Amino acid sequence: MITAEPYVALSLILFCLGLIGLMVRRNFITVLMSVELMFNAVNINLIAFSFRLGDLAGQVLAIFVITVAAAEAAIGLGLIIALVRLKDTVALDQANEMRG
Amino acid sequence: MSFYDLIWLVPLFPLAGAAFNGLVSNRLGLEKKVTHTVALIGSGLAWLWGWAAVIQWYFNEDIHHPYVVKVFEWISGGELTIFGGRVVSLDIAASFQVDALSAVMVGFVTFVGFLIHLYSVGYMHHEPDRDYARYFSYLNLFMFAMLTLVTGSNLPVLFVGWEGVGLCSYLLIGFYFEKDWCASAGMKAFIVNRIGDFGFLLAIFFAFFYFGTLEFDGLYQAMANDHHHVFAGAATIIGLLLFVGAMGKSAQLPLYVWLPDAMAGPTPVSALIHAATMVTAGVYMVARCNFFYQASPTAMLTVGVIGGVTAVFAATIGLVQNDIKKVLAYSTVSQLGYMFLAAGTGAYIAAIFHVVTHAFFKACLFLGSGSVIHGCGGEQDIRKMGGLKKYMPTTFWTFLVATIAIAGIPPLAGFVSKDAILAKTFEAAMTNLNGHGNVYYLLWFLGLSGAAMTAFYMFRLVFMTFYGSFRGGEEAEHHVHESPWTMTLPLQILAVLSIVGGVLIGFPGQLFHLEGWSFIDRFMEPVVLSHGEHGHHAVSLGLEWGLVVLSVAVALGGILLARSMYLNRDPEFAKANALAERFPLVYKLLLNKYWVDEIYGATFIAGTIKLSRFLWEVDARVVDGAVNGTALSTVGSSFISGVFDLKVVDGAVNLVATIYDVASRWFRRLQVGFAQGYAMVMVFGAAVLLGIFYVIKL
Repeated sequence: MITAEPYVALSLILFCLGLIGLMVRRNFITVLMSVELMFNAVNINLIAFSFRLGDLAGQVLAIFVITVAAAEAAIGLGLIIALVRLKDTVALDQANEMRG
Repeated sequence: MSFYDLIWLVPLFPLAGAAFNGLVSNRLGLEKKVTHTVALIGSGLAWLWGWAAVIQWYFNEDIHHPYVVKVFEWISGGELTIFGGRVVSLDIAASFQVDALSAVMVGFVTFVGFLIHLYSVGYMHHEPDRDYARYFSYLNLFMFAMLTLVTGSNLPVLFVGWEGVGLCSYLLIGFYFEKDWCASAGMKAFIVNRIGDFGFLLAIFFAFFYFGTLEFDGLYQAMANDHHHVFAGAATIIGLLLFVGAMGKSAQLPLYVWLPDAMAGPTPVSALIHAATMVTAGVYMVARCNFFYQASPTAMLTVGVIGGVTAVFAATIGLVQNDIKKVLAYSTVSQLGYMFLAAGTGAYIAAIFHVVTHAFFKACLFLGSGSVIHGCGGEQDIRKMGGLKKYMPTTFWTFLVATIAIAGIPPLAGFVSKDAILAKTFEAAMTNLNGHGNVYYLLWFLGLSGAAMTAFYMFRLVFMTFYGSFRGGEEAEHHVHESPWTMTLPLQILAVLSIVGGVLIGFPGQLFHLEGWSFIDRFMEPVVLSHGEHGHHAVSLGLEWGLVVLSVAVALGGILLARSMYLNRDPEFAKANALAERFPLVYKLLLNKYWVDEIYGATFIAGTIKLSRFLWEVDARVVDGAVNGTALSTVGSSFISGVFDLKVVDGAVNLVATIYDVASRWFRRLQVGFAQGYAMVMVFGAAVLLGIFYVIKL
């Protein structure tokens, strides 16, 4: 019998990897990729529990997340292009005008 | 419509003249001819209309009742509660009346007034056109006021006239207002009169309070029907207060001081206002309100005593004055004293009779003195005159006639009326009137000695002015001339009236067992409130004649004394001067008019000035201090309020701002401006929350 634990563990690992990438990387594109990683970790989690609980709602939700992630990626890439046009760089620490 | 229905037109004619001369002639500086024609028409129409009205009234109406003409409702004061809880409405009409007293007054006021207007044409012709118009405007205005005074049928209308004549008197005394002393003489007259007017006003208020009406007829009826003497006290109060008014207007002690100074005005004014008409307004008013005095022995005695004392007091001053007009002024005060003496014995008709005859001879004397002054080029000091007889014959004989009249030589006008007064006073003494018989004996004696002095000082004036030789220097002697006909005609008319006026109007019938021959006695009888107990034949015929002989003897004595003192040649006035040197104190006392002006100056005037100064200090210190204190406290409180606003209110606002300022200095550091930093905070926060949930096992 296939259990959910390994998938949840996988999801946890992926999420942590994405989170660390989000926090430590300075490259905006890498940060965006880390966010995608975190989305997919959540998707795996959703599907694992959907499977485990025999409830298809989780899988539906995963489809939604993928859709939203696509939109997010579009906006994120748009921001990157704007940043590049403004500062000629993709380094996030260069965009610090709002520092108090 | 008849003349007496339109009696109110009589004052209006001169008013129209005054309006024209004052508003048109004076502004445009019209020719003298226009000015005096208008003025003469104004006063002349008043004269004609007045006489026509009086005559027509006499033959058509019942002369025992006043004929009242109401012109319009003047004051509607609503309902008032008066004495005894009665509620009456205060309605005062501008109404006029014709009765015997008004008729007599209108008769001689319009006539003498017109003559003096005519005289003024000659006397004032040296004045510039505008001043000439101003003069005639005032003179006509005076006629208006005086005629309102004597024809008004209630106290307020009388009061309007009363104040009007006072105003005109003020204006005319101060006619030469460029001269300081003329202006201040006018003010003196006005202020002294105000004191009297205050009493008069109070009397009017009291009269309304007690009687609820101010119509003379209503007051007369109320007093006539007062059989239980309910109003005896009221009559005393009102009578005395009215007399205070009369004291001011008619120059009685102690308010006589303005009249001698009033001689600062042009001489015709002195004749018209300050001798013949206005000053007799007080006598008229007392006679008009005789019903109050008849009911009040106290008020009556006061009037008599003040009158008698004034008669002698003013006569003594007149003995030594050297200004021709001053002598006549004191003589006027003295004669007015006689009138009040008569009123004070209940002989109101004799008082009015003397008013009329006095108007004739005193106007004649004043106009004569004006002619003398005019002829001598403005000189008024009789020591610088003398011998004018041959230069001014008409003036001389008219002046002499009037002098004989005032001295009381029969059968001239002054004798008839003055003797009537003395006889009535003696009668009052003999019948022990109101129980004051002894006082009336004393008053009679005062009146008699006053008559002697009158004869003396008047003949002194005649001798010094017209007899002897001219003392004003040769240069002045050349200029002495007789006056034009406009001036001498009134003199002649008045002189004739001074001779026959007395016998004609008030024939002393009682001396010949011909009672009822005296026109004025019969005519005016209904005016006086009689209580029926009048002792008509208290004095026997022999005693009457005795009194006449006595008063004539006294007058002749005065004349002879004056003759011996002032009609000797070498050196002139030797006896008079010797007498003055023998009694220097008395002479100085009289010459300086008992220092009354100085005493008033030191007491009332200085007191008033001190009081004003004190009040000014109060004003400056207390009132202004209070105002300034308020201002200061306002400034102070605004300062405190400002400080409070600045420190507390603004402080609170700033404190809030500062708190935010300081706080934001710290909190803004949270905005690191580094996107991943926020993510880290989020993760950290989530971790903390998870940790908390884990601990508390939610």
